[in-house]
Amino acid sequence: MKLPIYLDYSATTPMDPRVAEKMTECLTLEGNFGNPASRSHLFGWKAEEAVETARRQVADLVNCDPREIVWTSGATESDNLAIKGVAHFYSKKGKHIITSKIEHKAVLDTCRQLEREGFEVTYLDPQPNGIVTPESVAEALREDTILVSIMHVNNEIGVINDIEAIGELTRANKVLFHVDAAQSAGKINIDLERLKVDLMSFSAHKVYGPKGIGALYVRRKPRVRLEAQMHGGGHERGMRSGTLATHQIVGMGEAFAIAKAEMHEENKRLLKLRQRLWDGVQDLEQVFCNGDFDQRVASNINVSFNFVEGESLLMALKDLAVSSGSACTSASLEPSYVLRALGMNDELAHSSIRFSFGRFTTEEDVDFAIDKIRTAVSKLRELSPLWDMYKDGVDLDKVEWVSH
Amino acid sequence: MAYSEEVLDHYENPRNVGKMDDKDQQVGTGMVGAPACGDVMRLQIKVSDEGVIEDAKFKTYGCGSAIASSSLVTEWVKGMTLDQAADLKNTQISEELALPPVKIHCSVLAEDAIKAAIADYRKKNG
Repeated sequence: MKLPIYLDYSATTPMDPRVAEKMTECLTLEGNFGNPASRSHLFGWKAEEAVETARRQVADLVNCDPREIVWTSGATESDNLAIKGVAHFYSKKGKHIITSKIEHKAVLDTCRQLEREGFEVTYLDPQPNGIVTPESVAEALREDTILVSIMHVNNEIGVINDIEAIGELTRANKVLFHVDAAQSAGKINIDLERLKVDLMSFSAHKVYGPKGIGALYVRRKPRVRLEAQMHGGGHERGMRSGTLATHQIVGMGEAFAIAKAEMHEENKRLLKLRQRLWDGVQDLEQVFCNGDFDQRVASNINVSFNFVEGESLLMALKDLAVSSGSACTSASLEPSYVLRALGMNDELAHSSIRFSFGRFTTEEDVDFAIDKIRTAVSKLRELSPLWDMYKDGVDLDKVEWVSH
Repeated sequence: MAYSEEVLDHYENPRNVGKMDDKDQQVGTGMVGAPACGDVMRLQIKVSDEGVIEDAKFKTYGCGSAIASSSLVTEWVKGMTLDQAADLKNTQISEELALPPVKIHCSVLAEDAIKAAIADYRKKNG
């Protein structure tokens, strides 16, 4: 067994070897290296063909028209292009945007920037189970609302939002709807023909594709307009200039094609692995699953081990590559803003670990992880004054702490 | 982030983990920090009639540097007089453990903990 074991597939995935192979065919003189925008020779035509094949592969996974796919450098750029692009284009119509408190930073920081430019943003609270309800969106809608941006699946807790219901609402109110699908594409079904979503962000590297490439879905009917954020040669119908990176795009296309073919079988396997991990740790007492247990992607489980601090737990779990909801290392000492937005107390938020599984995770990996987690949690609880107090029946909420 | 060897050593093999009876007249208890901040230290000392720290115990909820800081302090204060222990500075701790700037607060907390334990003992023994 090769250590550490990678259980952080929500952060990024290793590339599928089949994807890597396709990509290497688009690099050297012998390969498909041309500029897809070159119209005057075979090298350009071949590259363009590869790019358009990939565009169709991406469109196929989410059931949309290939002409609705715009290549970007990743989901962060897609989020920026969608939100700023819509805000700038439709600013005469209104200046109000709705999003949630648990969006990815690429959405939140973009909204903050728009606030500095004079837009007004409503940040919705999720329910304690992490779901942003259509009702909360409905309540926040105003006459001057131009855009709603809600993520499909949350990156930390893995819960799935009902974007179908939110889409019905926004469409009925003639408000555009953007969905960050970086954590859902290739993991759950997305049918853009049925969903009333106007813009959707995708990333390749969460789906066993390469880093540095993503896409933005921009609906044609009814047509969505964007103000470009990157100017230049007018690539991607003027929405995103810059020479197309054939190898990256081919990689993303192949990754999405594989996802389409294998997603359902893979999900069954991942669900079993997740249940195995949960069954292996939940009897440790004061162990909680963060976010709705059922309405989540198969690959994610976010667990709080009460009375154990996250960073020390990560240290004890050095043979596992996982991430912690406690951002102690960033010097801010702030626990995850996502977990706090769920209304969790700070201790629990500080004690959380995100485990995310993927294509190359095995049962042995999970069993090894369970063993390590049990040992680490027991050891750190032996060291924890809070665990002592809990065992002595002290109500920690009633203790007067000497904050620092 | 990379931890120093000293931090790793104390984290892997923490010294003097435990709990003393805080009602014992000879025992001083200091508890500092808050769960909300991500670290809580409980440091206890047992003081002889001559005013020398005979034993020290700790339990810490916090990151590896916080655990190491408190573990190190319990090692150091054993055999010290109360006045000597009260003179311990957080900079000595952070130097010994080679703590990076973002972890200095862990050493500050350990200094606060020993001071609180001494204060508790002195209050008890007026």
